[in-house]
Amino acid sequence: MNNIFIYIETEGGKIADVSLELLTKARSLAKELSCEVEALIIGDSVAQHKEELFQYGAQTIHIAEDKRLKHYLTLPYSSIVISVLKKENPQIALFGATSVGRDLAPRVSSALVSGLTADCTSLEIGDHKEVKSGKEYKNLLYQIRPAFGGNIIATIINPDCRPQMATVREGVMKKEPLDVAVKGKVKVIDTAAILKDEDFVVEIIERHIEERKIDIKGSPIIIAGGFGVGSKENFKLLYDLAAVLGAEVGASRAAVDAGFAESARQIGQTGVTVRPKLYIAVGISGQIQHTAGMDQSAMIISINNDPAAPIHQIADFAIVGDLNEIIPRMIKSYKLNSK
Amino acid sequence: MTKKLKIVVLAKQVPDTRNVGKNAMKEDGTVNRAALPAIFNPEDMNALEQALRLKDRFPGSEVLLLTMGPPRAAEIIREGYYRGADGGVLLTDRKFAGADTLATSYALSMAIKKIGPDIVIAGRQAIDGDTAQVGPQVAEKLNYPQVTYAEDITGLDGEKLVVKRRLERGVETVKTPLPAVITVHATAPDCRPRHAKHLMKYKHARTFTEEQDNEHNSYLPIEAKANLRIPEWGVADVGGDEIHYGLSGSPTKVKKIENIVHQAKESKILTSSFEDIDSLIKELFSSHTIG
Repeated sequence: MNNIFIYIETEGGKIADVSLELLTKARSLAKELSCEVEALIIGDSVAQHKEELFQYGAQTIHIAEDKRLKHYLTLPYSSIVISVLKKENPQIALFGATSVGRDLAPRVSSALVSGLTADCTSLEIGDHKEVKSGKEYKNLLYQIRPAFGGNIIATIINPDCRPQMATVREGVMKKEPLDVAVKGKVKVIDTAAILKDEDFVVEIIERHIEERKIDIKGSPIIIAGGFGVGSKENFKLLYDLAAVLGAEVGASRAAVDAGFAESARQIGQTGVTVRPKLYIAVGISGQIQHTAGMDQSAMIISINNDPAAPIHQIADFAIVGDLNEIIPRMIKSYKLNSK
Repeated sequence: MTKKLKIVVLAKQVPDTRNVGKNAMKEDGTVNRAALPAIFNPEDMNALEQALRLKDRFPGSEVLLLTMGPPRAAEIIREGYYRGADGGVLLTDRKFAGADTLATSYALSMAIKKIGPDIVIAGRQAIDGDTAQVGPQVAEKLNYPQVTYAEDITGLDGEKLVVKRRLERGVETVKTPLPAVITVHATAPDCRPRHAKHLMKYKHARTFTEEQDNEHNSYLPIEAKANLRIPEWGVADVGGDEIHYGLSGSPTKVKKIENIVHQAKESKILTSSFEDIDSLIKELFSSHTIG
């Protein structure tokens, strides 16, 4: 009772990174709250993952195995999560903010009539005093997330209802196994007792992995390369940085014409117009044809070895130098500074 | 067999947070809401298109918009009419104020029960909150199955709806019995444009509240009002337990709001040294530009 529950997501027979990140975070939250960390894993063959979960600090693992649960389905999975959370009554329940977590967690929160905060980027423990009633709350979960298109950071609390639920973005928290795995318990969930035929009314007809469509416009961070990047091979550096920052890669017309990037990535007068919160222009000189498509970005960083490149004029931060040195340093610094 | 479907589209009026350029932030770093126009939430537009396509395929089907918000959100219903919807309801009541996603879903689910549709279609999420919670929560409250992230509602197979879903790393096609809640992803086709004929007719559609606002509507001919009334429903119309509405029905509270202060416009010149880059990255973290 009163522990922290982490919903463990698996994909392709592997535990999702975000679930391990949540377990890592849960360990420090549990220490502050003097409670334990529990994991809940659902699938057709998931018991094999228990050693890894112990390695990440799960003290109790709830396992729901059933051949009907091979793929994620909202109704049976949520029935199991709702049943386990009702029975175990944890104070906190966390999910990854993935396609699965964002489908599952709201359904569960509605059934439990408890609050849920989506897409948190940070979680802390803190107190709260209700201004009106003067009522004081100790050790609440501060659920911190960007809102309003990323223009504000909101701290959300769930003072009265339990569990305090949140989904957390992948990659924002660090993933760290323990040196010595905990010697935890395993609780096997009786799925036959929970699942009903009505839970299987939605059928999966077809399922396959496709290349994701390039979504430049929807990305809050864009790393765009120009002719100055030099080659298609050098563009790989931009993809590396994009992977770290959770960004999309864009390109100037010159870079697209030179074959460095697909035309779907083209930004500017003849491409798409973007207004991300962060635009990193790499090897782009800054001709009006390009800047017309990005100069409304909330923040612009330019990287160009020519100090006179016009792109530096519209940038908030202008870095003069070689992208082959700068980008690896940005990645290194990001890794050092990210929590 | 032709089937006639009753489709409810959930839509929200939102501030256009996508177009937050430098001028949308005030000097003190707070959001200048006046610089952000109120728009039809983009993914709800994709949802409307999916509903209209079903109507095209199953003639005689009915598409109704359902929106919750202040009186000015009647604009959402008119926009729906302009693009081919058959009607709509504005859920508006002071008792709904301060609702988080759970209390919002409760209000929407009560209104949906009153309408009794075959399909509820909504955008995946609204751009002001980006939570994607209301669709699944509405589904749970109605005890309907949910299909999230729909990219294409391909049609009916017998009594079941076939939906192609866009996942993070792939696609999935599922078949769901009706009634069901479908949430539509931004990768679904854009909504068709306004139709001039609909625009001419429905620009006179008004809620009772808007009609009372003479300053706004005094030019309208009296006759045009009667059959173009947009219904407004409050707690009294949809029923339910008042404790579940608005602030009292909202378990989550906002503890603190931090405005993100955007940088001044002068360029800061940095070298390619690790120290310079490291201090820049630290600054990006502290301003929550990256995270």
